[in-house]
Amino acid sequence: MSMNMLLQRESLLSDSGSRWFLSLLAIATAAVFIGNVFIPEGSALHVDTYTVTLFGKYLCLALLALSVDVIWGYCGILSLGHGAFFALGGYGMGMYLMRQIGDRGVYGNPLLPDFMVFLDWQELPWFWHGFDQFWFAMIMVALIPGLLAFVFGWLAFRSRVTGVYLSIMTQALTYALLLSFFRNEMGFGGNNGLTDFKDILGFDLQADNTRISLFVISAAVLAFAYLLSRSIFLSKFGRVIISIRDAEARTRFLGYKTENYKVWLFVYSAILAAIAGALYVPQVGIINPGEFAPLNSIEVVVWVAVGGRGTLYGAILGAILVNFAKTRFTGIFPEAWLFALGGLFVFVTIFLPKGVVGFFSERKNKKQNNKAENVAEANS
Amino acid sequence: MIDVMHQENNKKIISFLLSLFFVFSILFFTSAAQSQQPDDVSFNEVASQLAGAKLKQVAAVVDQLTQFDDEQLLPLLKAMLEGKLYYEKKSKRLVFAEILEDKTINVDGVFDENSIENVKKNTLRKVKTNNRLRSSIRRSVAQITLFSGGIAVRKKAIKSMFDDLSKENVTLLNKLKETEKNKKVINLINTAIAIADLKSSDVSLRVQALKKLEGNLEPVVRNEVTKLLEKDSDGNYKEDALVVSTASKVLQSIEENVKFYGYLETLFFGLSLGSVLLLIAAGLAITFGVMGVINMAHGEMIMLGAYTTYVIQLLLPNNLALSILLAIPAAFIVSASVGILIERGVIQFLKGRPLETLLATFGISLILQQCVRSIFSPLNRQVASPEFMSGALEINPIFSITYNRLYILIFALVVFFLLQLILRKTSLGLNVRAVSQNRDMAKCMGIRTEWVDAMTFGLGSGIAGLAGVALSQITNVGPNLGQAYIIDSFMVVVFGGVGNLWGMLVGGFSLGVLNKFLEPQTGAVLANIIILVGIILFIQKRPRGLFPQKGRAAE
Amino acid sequence: MSALDSLRETWRRDQVWPALIDDKKVNVDKDIILYIEDLSVSFDGFKALNNLNLYVNDGELRCVIGANGAGKTTFMDVITGKTPCDSGSAYFGQTINLLDKTESEVAELGIGRKFQKPTIFEALDVYSNLELALKANKSIITTLFSTLSGEQKTRIEEVLTIIGLKDQYQLLAGSLSHGQKQWLEIGMLLVADPRLLLVDEPVAGMTAQETEHTAELLTSLAGERTVVVVEHDMEFVRSIAKHVTVLDQGSVLAEGSMDEIQNNSDVRRVYLGEE
Repeated sequence: MSMNMLLQRESLLSDSGSRWFLSLLAIATAAVFIGNVFIPEGSALHVDTYTVTLFGKYLCLALLALSVDVIWGYCGILSLGHGAFFALGGYGMGMYLMRQIGDRGVYGNPLLPDFMVFLDWQELPWFWHGFDQFWFAMIMVALIPGLLAFVFGWLAFRSRVTGVYLSIMTQALTYALLLSFFRNEMGFGGNNGLTDFKDILGFDLQADNTRISLFVISAAVLAFAYLLSRSIFLSKFGRVIISIRDAEARTRFLGYKTENYKVWLFVYSAILAAIAGALYVPQVGIINPGEFAPLNSIEVVVWVAVGGRGTLYGAILGAILVNFAKTRFTGIFPEAWLFALGGLFVFVTIFLPKGVVGFFSERKNKKQNNKAENVAEANS
Repeated sequence: MIDVMHQENNKKIISFLLSLFFVFSILFFTSAAQSQQPDDVSFNEVASQLAGAKLKQVAAVVDQLTQFDDEQLLPLLKAMLEGKLYYEKKSKRLVFAEILEDKTINVDGVFDENSIENVKKNTLRKVKTNNRLRSSIRRSVAQITLFSGGIAVRKKAIKSMFDDLSKENVTLLNKLKETEKNKKVINLINTAIAIADLKSSDVSLRVQALKKLEGNLEPVVRNEVTKLLEKDSDGNYKEDALVVSTASKVLQSIEENVKFYGYLETLFFGLSLGSVLLLIAAGLAITFGVMGVINMAHGEMIMLGAYTTYVIQLLLPNNLALSILLAIPAAFIVSASVGILIERGVIQFLKGRPLETLLATFGISLILQQCVRSIFSPLNRQVASPEFMSGALEINPIFSITYNRLYILIFALVVFFLLQLILRKTSLGLNVRAVSQNRDMAKCMGIRTEWVDAMTFGLGSGIAGLAGVALSQITNVGPNLGQAYIIDSFMVVVFGGVGNLWGMLVGGFSLGVLNKFLEPQTGAVLANIIILVGIILFIQKRPRGLFPQKGRAAE
Repeated sequence: MSALDSLRETWRRDQVWPALIDDKKVNVDKDIILYIEDLSVSFDGFKALNNLNLYVNDGELRCVIGANGAGKTTFMDVITGKTPCDSGSAYFGQTINLLDKTESEVAELGIGRKFQKPTIFEALDVYSNLELALKANKSIITTLFSTLSGEQKTRIEEVLTIIGLKDQYQLLAGSLSHGQKQWLEIGMLLVADPRLLLVDEPVAGMTAQETEHTAELLTSLAGERTVVVVEHDMEFVRSIAKHVTVLDQGSVLAEGSMDEIQNNSDVRRVYLGEE
């Protein structure tokens, strides 16, 4: 007595939001690329390298926002410490770039970075070994934040710390890292962090070609991370995650070890954030402990809230919108930016609980419903 | 600017009082004691006669000067003893001058405190003294301080003798001992005499003196005893074997005492930090316990309290004590009203969405910080302490408790117990407890939960304002004041558990003490990190903190 | 427990090593599926369970009744691993100790639970709700790559028919009516194919017709599975139960058929408020 139900499951590109987002990303990337490389300077359509780098930065921050949406929007875990993973990834890349400087530093020491010479260190600390190899550095970029997320998540989720408690703990985590990275003894350049980078994989970091390549790579990684995350949430795993968000106890009674699910999602999200950090550092040319500041992490949450949670592309949209506004704002009234940011927090939580994306899709739904009602009335 | 005016005013008052005092004392002396001191001559005028005086005249002037009870007498006499009293040849103005090692001269006016620049050595001449005069001055100095003055002055005088235990001084001390009634002063005299005995040639006397000094905490004692243990170039003790063994025993007892009081001091610092954390965490816990809301703007409520103190002090520059006392209710009201405003304006629209509330209140904290930056400037402001809060309670020479920290500790405990009282004995407290246990049920019973929420938020914020008053007394007031303590206070809440205010008490004090004990070993930053990590591990064992809310309602 | 203690525990002779026990298989040689002995739980001094002793036979339909606060829900909480107990033991079959299991492990053993308040996943469609409840390997990797087999699809469709939601299978669960939500939750129990069902007030908020339907369903389940129902509605209990246990103040007051219970003087005094 099979009824032959044809379950219509969403596929990777079946929703309009995804299609819009990916096409927009592709078009924008292509436009910036062409504008920078093929259109000569002086033309109105030329995109200068400064702008390219700025957009590249936005894309990295968008990836960070995506990583926060993965756990907040889909699993209800509000992390106020994702900046920590972002910064750790950044430090991983920074260490590689630092080792690439070689003897071109101020002190000309072939092995030791400048700040170590300055602190009168005699040899390279053990944890700096291997970072002269790009592949090793890239593994570490994902591994270290992933490991930290695993340990933290395992401890926190196993003891069933949830809600605001968990948020506070994540904030404490990034605060602890902030304090430790400020210390010179940690061996990460203390206050000043890592900077004065020269080149990456042999390409000069100041060169226009390197800049545009980094931008294109950022866009590609963002698109890939988006598709990967979306396919994860389309799987049964994704449905379990949503169940955990809405009724964790019930999910447990169905036989799912929810803490494991949460831990692995947290690790995935942390690695995304770390990759964002690793892409960010060569573009801005510096990484310092300021990236660990709790304020940075909370700002990311507000990007996601502005764009709209639980849609992935909403987070990306939010990150780009808010950061664009920030760049403009701090240029015009630097004083007013904190007012604007603070106001944004309040406004979004009260008036736009589902963010910009949610606002528009709700309006669209209403219109469709009205139409359907009208049709129904007309028929009757 | 205001501070300067304020000091100026104080000076005027003091000088007025002093002159009154002089008038009376002069009247008294002239009528009763038939003093040689002419009643219309001031101390300064007499002192000025020192300039250019011959040796005999100097002796007479000094004699005359010692009849005055003037603050400046002692420094003047001491300067004469040390040969630092000069006068300018032309103006005959008295100055303190000291020729430093690099041959520059450091010159200070005697009657005005400003230092004088660009003085050449050849324009100065020393006030003349000789040995006889010096010893008489020395006697007067000791006598003035030992026999007049209150207990504190006497103690200070004896201590000043520690460096110069000449025979004369020892006899003076013995004389004082006969009449002295204060036990502490007698102890101090005994210490001084024992130190003097350490230098006697008689071995048994030295040993006896050493035994008297067992466990004594005066720094001089430690130095003197250590000196007895010095070795010569061959590695042999310079002292007699018996003296050496006693001295090492005594030194050990001193070290033990020093260590013990060191711990006590750390404990006190810890309790002091803990009291601040308690004040902050108590407010935080109330709002969290009742409304399930973490108020990220709590730190800014503290900041508002501190700025309220600052503003009141600006308005009442002449009366520090009153301004602090007024600041307590004012800070409470300011922070509480802002808190209620936040609750009515924002939080009530976010019912049942604790994470969004957290974000919104964080936004508010940014706005408040920026407001303060715009109004008061981003720089730190200093709030002065009233007299009763400055200084320290000296328990012994190496351990003293600063009054401001002591008062804050007491203040925190008073606020804590008042809060307990409010929660237990008033109808607001009953309502608050009812809502925190079962909101829906409380609503059914006719409790106006909205009103309770607003009041709770106001109460929590008001207490944060009180914490701001307290903090203004131990640190500078700036826009980031709240941020500095807020994460630690969150840790207290997580550690203590929100179910019970006692959790805040235990949590606050234990984290404060732990922090201060870790600090010397690890440094402040690492201590902070260790505690953060420790708490993350702690909630593995007790996810709901030390004093969790129990029962079915807790789910 | 220190390492030494756990070592001693391992070498005790009166015990089979935990590793040797087949945890997956329920041993019901003695025809009893649930052993609860001397179970006590207290909250802040209030004894929610007080030396509770209860045995449930394999394949039985058992009703548990009692006044509010008698410990009905707490008893379910303890055996499903939600609430830790102070003392006593709870075994599933003869070998499986329920007290050292977490909620998810208990569920994997084949104990299904329906809550007092319907808890379904409102943001997911009806079909996904059932899919998540399916008896399957619930580890992360399998879940990540899982696709439904034909057999599983058929099973979901069967259950959809039973619970009367086959036309609504693509609706979001949150948009269902209260009664439909109750049915969906029952459906989630069924699709998991459990050995023992713990059902907490299944007919609260249902219409008379729906109640009847539920009664039929629960009786039909008994035999193949064991069903324990906690209920307030005495009419409903009378309509389904052969065997009733009355709880009072955390322990068993009386046990027997519905008629016996109704004539039991203790029960009349405590439960029905008669002198």
